[in-house]
Amino acid sequence: MTDPLIPVDTYLVDSLPEVWFGAVVFALGMYIVLDGFDFGIGMLYATRTDEHERETFLAAFGPVWDANEVWVVAFGTMLLAAFPCVYSRLLADNYLLALGFVVALVFRGLGPELREQREDERWKRYTDYAFVGGSVFAPLLLGMLAGRWLFGGATLPVVLTGVGLVAVSIVTGAAFLAAKTDPGLASELRSYGVGATVAYLGGVVVLLGTVVATDAGGAASAVLSLPVAAVVALSIVAGVGGSVLARRGRYRAWLASALALPTLLTLLVAVLLYPTVYPPTGLLVREAVVSPLALNLVTVLGFPVLLLVLWYFKFLYGVFSGPIEGEGYGG
Amino acid sequence: MVPATLLSTVDLGWMALLSPEIASRMQFGWTISVHIIFASLSIGLAPFIIYFTWKDVRTNEQRYARLRSFWVKVFAVGFVMGTVTGIPMSFQFGTNFPQFATIAGELIGGPLAFEAKMAFFLEAVFLGVLLYGRERVADRTYVLSSVLVGVGAWLSGFWILVVNSWMQTPRGYEMVTRNGMEIAKLTDPVAAFLTPRMPWMYVHMMNASVIAVALLVAGVSAYLVWKKPDADAWNSALKLAVVLLLVSAPFQAVHGDAYGRHVEDTQPQKFAAMEAHYETGSADLHLLAFPKSLDALTDPRAENLFTVSLPRVGSFLASGGDFDAEVIGLNEYEENPPVALVFWSFRFMVGLGFLFIGLALWGGYLTYRGRLTESTRYLKSMIAASPFGYAALLTGWYVTEIGRQPWVIQGELKTSEAVSSTLTGTEATLTLVGFVVLYIALILTALYVLKWLIHGELRSLGVQESSAGRWRGPLPWVTSDD
Repeated sequence: MTDPLIPVDTYLVDSLPEVWFGAVVFALGMYIVLDGFDFGIGMLYATRTDEHERETFLAAFGPVWDANEVWVVAFGTMLLAAFPCVYSRLLADNYLLALGFVVALVFRGLGPELREQREDERWKRYTDYAFVGGSVFAPLLLGMLAGRWLFGGATLPVVLTGVGLVAVSIVTGAAFLAAKTDPGLASELRSYGVGATVAYLGGVVVLLGTVVATDAGGAASAVLSLPVAAVVALSIVAGVGGSVLARRGRYRAWLASALALPTLLTLLVAVLLYPTVYPPTGLLVREAVVSPLALNLVTVLGFPVLLLVLWYFKFLYGVFSGPIEGEGYGG
Repeated sequence: MVPATLLSTVDLGWMALLSPEIASRMQFGWTISVHIIFASLSIGLAPFIIYFTWKDVRTNEQRYARLRSFWVKVFAVGFVMGTVTGIPMSFQFGTNFPQFATIAGELIGGPLAFEAKMAFFLEAVFLGVLLYGRERVADRTYVLSSVLVGVGAWLSGFWILVVNSWMQTPRGYEMVTRNGMEIAKLTDPVAAFLTPRMPWMYVHMMNASVIAVALLVAGVSAYLVWKKPDADAWNSALKLAVVLLLVSAPFQAVHGDAYGRHVEDTQPQKFAAMEAHYETGSADLHLLAFPKSLDALTDPRAENLFTVSLPRVGSFLASGGDFDAEVIGLNEYEENPPVALVFWSFRFMVGLGFLFIGLALWGGYLTYRGRLTESTRYLKSMIAASPFGYAALLTGWYVTEIGRQPWVIQGELKTSEAVSSTLTGTEATLTLVGFVVLYIALILTALYVLKWLIHGELRSLGVQESSAGRWRGPLPWVTSDD
């Protein structure tokens, strides 16, 4: 009764559990990078009072945010498919954080969608509150959830991880908007972006220092390693280099180096997790992974689709590339 | 963790009224009830969107542009509501029912991941194009985007129902011990994904979504036609919805009848609860049932009901032709689902199903006579009926899900054993209250948005409406305002 195309008792390739660890981290990274700049747009939105500027921000956000948000579902369900016990424990152990995060996403997503339904000042104000509030709390709570995943119960590293994700979201949001708007607005955004870069890099150093000093979640030795040092060094290079590029008005190049920051942050998560997949429980990748048939199946059916999804995104960002004109993209 | 420690030190004992299990079950039931409304809106609206987009691009007629633009707006709001209410669903498998997620991970994780990757992305990406890309992509790409959004919605339903039907009729696994815990190990993917229940459920649910949305489209169209009889676009939309109802409503009844036999076959306990059938033996079919007393409402049993019954026809239907076939009764089981909820939900759903057939036939007759849009009585009836498709869809799900209790995985894992052991009553009650308040606000907002869209449409049709564009005003299906 088994499909001869898929091995039942052995993994398709020997390292498939590690490949899936990588795939799950990849999905998390896509989410942090893509929805990260959406959160950044939402937070920077609070600094704008001019209706035209606000609409420009919403036009940059409108066509892509929903697709970006789906990456968190991809991450969650891939984690469930490959490491169900990690999915269960991570969410059950962090009940209020996890549900707080999804509620923040409700507000963030509905705010802009509802805003445009009505020409009414009070209505716009309330939907704006929802948009900005959701955009602040979603990365904060998600970052704290990631902090709990890596470091367990210690409060300071957990909060710092949350704040770090907020800061890096502002960096990418500012760079994304700068690349898509007029030079006047871009130079204002630049100062927020550079400030957030400094805060982010400082935050990462303080976070890792705290973890070493207190050995939070027993992660001190993992932090004091060559890969972590390399990731931190690259982050500093990307952050400083990006800020220089921003000052010179080279916004597309700034965007590229800004997007390197959340990518490196995701790598840091991977380095700190591996070879365990939930450090506070000491559960190893090989212990938590599903049986060969189940993993082989999601590989064979899932990976081609993942490539297709990446192509969709290339198409989507191609359609909506370039600067935002006048009234946005039109409806 | 900051929030949890803060909360646990504050004395919220007065709030911990509900056990973690009850609160989790209520929360899941409530959040899925709201989510399913928006999810099925996407599924049911997809054929309309594709049709209107295709006609618009193809004919360039004003009325199709109008219909496309209106229903794409409704779709967009529904889709965003569906997205934001859908994410909490998969999270709750982890937050509230981690034992279920751990034990069934190999079986449900794959389909849920496929749902995200094959369906959800497809829908979200191409909806962006459909909403904002009319001037940016070629006509053909634009029509294709509408098709892909529709395919995404229907595929999404497919993978979700793979998971749900596995919970009803689990196959393709064996129980093994891993890390000191009994878990279900996938042994046969084809059997696990295409369980006996899967095709029944998929056809029934997709068709139910089409019916619910056809009634909604018919109701909105009827309202606009009633206000503006020569509104070309809305006359066509009403006709289209009636034609769709004429096909889908009778089909649902025929299909549902066969589906019922399948349930009797595979989940006899659920079937017995649907019929309040306690004693094993031949079963009567209760066409209509009324409680004799309040007790009979909460604990329906044949002897406590006024029924219009066909003797032994229950056996006949359940067995497919044998009047004396034995139907297993609820007395055979140690623990039963809440029979009253299942029994009355089932009757509510079936009753509405017949009402829809009646409305469809009436509309078909009027169309045949060429008077569909002239009969004020029919227009008003369709306006009044517009939310009932959803009522039928929800009660149908209550039959399916509550009827499976006490099991979360039929015969394998009880719901009470699936609940988180670390969850406190305070936490669970707190989030339950939060979701109830938030989602009520969400539904009200969705109704207001629909109302605003309808009033906007009225204005663009040139109808001066005193209540248009104001905060207060009747909901679209309140007909007494005229």
